Amino acid sequence: MPHDHSDHDHPHSLLPSDPALRVKALETILTQKGLVDPAALDEIIDTYENRIGPRNGAEVVARAWSDPDFKAALLEDADPVLAELGLYGRQGEHMVVVENTDDVHNMVVCTLCSCYPWPLLGIPPGWYKSDAYRARAVREPRKVLAEFGVTLPEGCAVRVWDSTAEVRYLVLPRRPAGTEGLDASALADLVNRDCMIGCGLAGAS
Amino acid sequence: MTRIHDMGGRFGDGAVIPEPEDVKFHADWHPRALALTLACGSLGLWNIDVSRHARETLAPKDYARFAYYEKWIAALADLLVETGALEAEELAAGQAQADSPLAAKVLKADAVAGVLARGGPADRPSNVAPRFAVGDSVRLRARPENMAVPGGHTRLPAYAAGSQARIVRLHGSHVLPDSNAHRLSEAPEPLYAVALRAADIWAHPEHPDDEVILDVWDSYLEPI
Repeated sequence: MPHDHSDHDHPHSLLPSDPALRVKALETILTQKGLVDPAALDEIIDTYENRIGPRNGAEVVARAWSDPDFKAALLEDADPVLAELGLYGRQGEHMVVVENTDDVHNMVVCTLCSCYPWPLLGIPPGWYKSDAYRARAVREPRKVLAEFGVTLPEGCAVRVWDSTAEVRYLVLPRRPAGTEGLDASALADLVNRDCMIGCGLAGAS
Repeated sequence: MTRIHDMGGRFGDGAVIPEPEDVKFHADWHPRALALTLACGSLGLWNIDVSRHARETLAPKDYARFAYYEKWIAALADLLVETGALEAEELAAGQAQADSPLAAKVLKADAVAGVLARGGPADRPSNVAPRFAVGDSVRLRARPENMAVPGGHTRLPAYAAGSQARIVRLHGSHVLPDSNAHRLSEAPEPLYAVALRAADIWAHPEHPDDEVILDVWDSYLEPI
């Protein structure tokens, strides 16, 4: 039988205890060995700080609100639709988009770690990775929603999607009333990050 | 029995604290830890399931007290030593003792965009035929444990184990983490989204119509 070695030996304890020093020490050693190029680290950080974030998802949502054929294709099989928009990539290889309606409100969590659709939303916010969200979103989603200022009508069911595989979920929020005349950019401005996780409503600030 | 990372449904964690979209990191070392982990991942020494298992097997007292990116860095250091990329003595000294034969594989800045854009798809051809179709009633495996490796990796959360469920989607065939995390093989199997009624998994569900949906592999399921 295969054997799980990992419970005994924890070399990380050899690093300094202060986390900033731990990271620095590891980067130093890896750079000295030629295993890490600090310029590549800068490039990765710049990507997720400045280039890949929730505006990507917001533009997809805005288009789905205004183009019924696009929306139908997105809900049927999101991957080719997103690939065509250049929104394929790490932690977004297998996307499913779930639509909020009058009767169903969708919410996304990863109880086991912090799986999240990076190409559409960037890296996850602190609260998404928190023990409180991971523990509570599946058991008491309505109380969690209340902490985001969201109260659902009594007749609306909640579907919480726990991201336990490599499939990543994006919520298509309900389009706010009175937005018929808005163009794509103005519509995307209404789409905040939290509503695409299912912890907010579009049009709320 | 399960591990400390499996916290779905747990009581006692307090409020969720929303934060503005422009807050990406909470300390300067957070993005550095993220980037180091991604850069080392591209050396090809482990897969995503191996790296998840490395975080999950941190000592429970460390997992509970470490901040998010501290877990990443601790698991990264453990994996680098386990795979022989670094020596424990190098970690202890804070200094490299020799160049690495793996240095030819280092991720360069001009390759970053391509690596992130390519990602790491988990779908594979499989010779395991789906046993279930959308609408079928099934039962999830009773034990939220790796059935082949004691204490090993699995993606079946404890709150869902043993519950009845309804198939709502077939995702195709995906790499089986329970095998891949232990470098056994990718062992691809059909992957489904299954819906669990809140009333079937919680003693005090908030609403009778609420559901939790999770993704599970064919071998996690049995027919009802």
